[in-house]
Amino acid sequence: MATANPLDDYIDAVSQALGLRIEDAWKPAVRANLEVSLRLAKQFDEFPLPDEIEPASVYRV
Amino acid sequence: MSIASDLIAPADAAGDWAPAHVIATAVTAGKMSALGVTNAALARIAAYDGKLNSFTDVVAERARARAKDIDAAIAAGRKPGPLAGVPFAVKNLFDVKGLPTRAGSKINRGREHASRDATLIERMEAAGAVLVGALNMGEYAYDFTGENIHDGPSRNPHDLTRMTGGSSGGSGGAVAGGLVPISLGSDTNGSIRVPSSFCGLFGLKPTYGRLSRARSFPFVASFDHLGPLARSPLDLALAYDAMQGHDPDDAACVDRPLEPVTPLLGQDASGLRIAVADGYFAKNMFPEAQEAIARVAKALGITRKIEIPEAARARAAAYVISTCEGASLHLDRLRKQPNEFDPAVRDRLMAGAMVPAPLVDRAQKFRRWYREQVLELFKSVDVIIAPATPCVAPKLGQATFMLDGVELPVRANIGIHTQPISFIGLPVAVAPIPLDPMPIGVQIIAAPWREDIALRVAATLERLGTAAAPLPERK
Repeated sequence: MATANPLDDYIDAVSQALGLRIEDAWKPAVRANLEVSLRLAKQFDEFPLPDEIEPASVYRV
Repeated sequence: MSIASDLIAPADAAGDWAPAHVIATAVTAGKMSALGVTNAALARIAAYDGKLNSFTDVVAERARARAKDIDAAIAAGRKPGPLAGVPFAVKNLFDVKGLPTRAGSKINRGREHASRDATLIERMEAAGAVLVGALNMGEYAYDFTGENIHDGPSRNPHDLTRMTGGSSGGSGGAVAGGLVPISLGSDTNGSIRVPSSFCGLFGLKPTYGRLSRARSFPFVASFDHLGPLARSPLDLALAYDAMQGHDPDDAACVDRPLEPVTPLLGQDASGLRIAVADGYFAKNMFPEAQEAIARVAKALGITRKIEIPEAARARAAAYVISTCEGASLHLDRLRKQPNEFDPAVRDRLMAGAMVPAPLVDRAQKFRRWYREQVLELFKSVDVIIAPATPCVAPKLGQATFMLDGVELPVRANIGIHTQPISFIGLPVAVAPIPLDPMPIGVQIIAAPWREDIALRVAATLERLGTAAAPLPERK
């Protein structure tokens, strides 16, 4: 049965995939922190960058 | 706001507030013994740290042995180094031989004791300094407050009810409280610059890759820096020069020639092109931060303003990379020992593990774009001045503050002015502006590898009387 907040389903799925045990009491804080990250990520996600740009973490042999 | 009256540390090498350069000169000249200086520092820690809570470990036996070696070297006619007999302490994420590197955590106390000192400790001691202990910090450096759920909060020497700032909280408290003249801290998103601001100290976050991080506990490999805090720019420069140099044990440490800054500090700031950061950096700050920037601008005759483009997005990208790399670092501990974390840190890291990977990659691509834009600015300017923190030190435990009529969370907003700068690894010196009753710092930001310029401006502000590390009243 789906939970009220769709992000909770996502948290359940990812935590299972990563082998993390998130107790019910922790979930509101985890969700709140994830919401902050996703909100902030939107700021640079929507910023247009050229396809050719390299990430800052370019590996050099 | 007025300038506090007791700003200038007495040049008495035997005094509690003696700067490192005064101590080193006296010890080298045989006017004081390194052992005497060390014992005095250990006595101060015993007398005052019960209230400050800046130290988590004191290595008295080791320190006395090291001090005796220095005294013996001087007696034998050998040069003891530019930091002869200077006591210093390190954030407890530095490896100290014989101690578990706790990094502010409970979990790490079960680690094997370090078999060797961090590179920067070795270099400080090679220059004659004497390690006296390890310092309190926020858990795993994921912190801007200096509070620690396991060891208790480090307390601000200027007001024991206030934060030191973090995560290098003990590094701020120990120096501002006069226990040692120099400490070392780490700065991923602001953790040297924030305690420097809240505690009224000079601090240096060097260029990313300049100083070795070998044998220190990491947080965010993309952003982690180590550096010194002190009560004078000259002490910062002496420590920085002692610690420079390539180290193959840190993959990010660059192979550049030594570029000593101490001989350059006497040059003033005239001839430098200096601007105050506008836009993002002129917003979201309290009147104290505005006053500090105004004093620096007036003292240096700055009329130019410059906008660092897309700084808000830079801060957002720094935030996301930090939480994801931090989560990756701690993933196994989050699986096996989740109840042993500070719950607030655990929940942030758990959330960091959930951020979709493409967003992290896009953050690193944005970082490349932003770096190019900011480096372009440095073609027309040598120094950018910006607030170090939006406010003076908040009260311990304070969760929110009111800014422009809006209630905002304290923790998340302390680093808003530091994060867009460390995001691309620029060197920054913090200069403390001694407002009354609490000091606040400004960032002096230079182009990559130009720590010399940032420290020259800090030294100029000290000579002008605009910047100074105020001495707290001991209670």
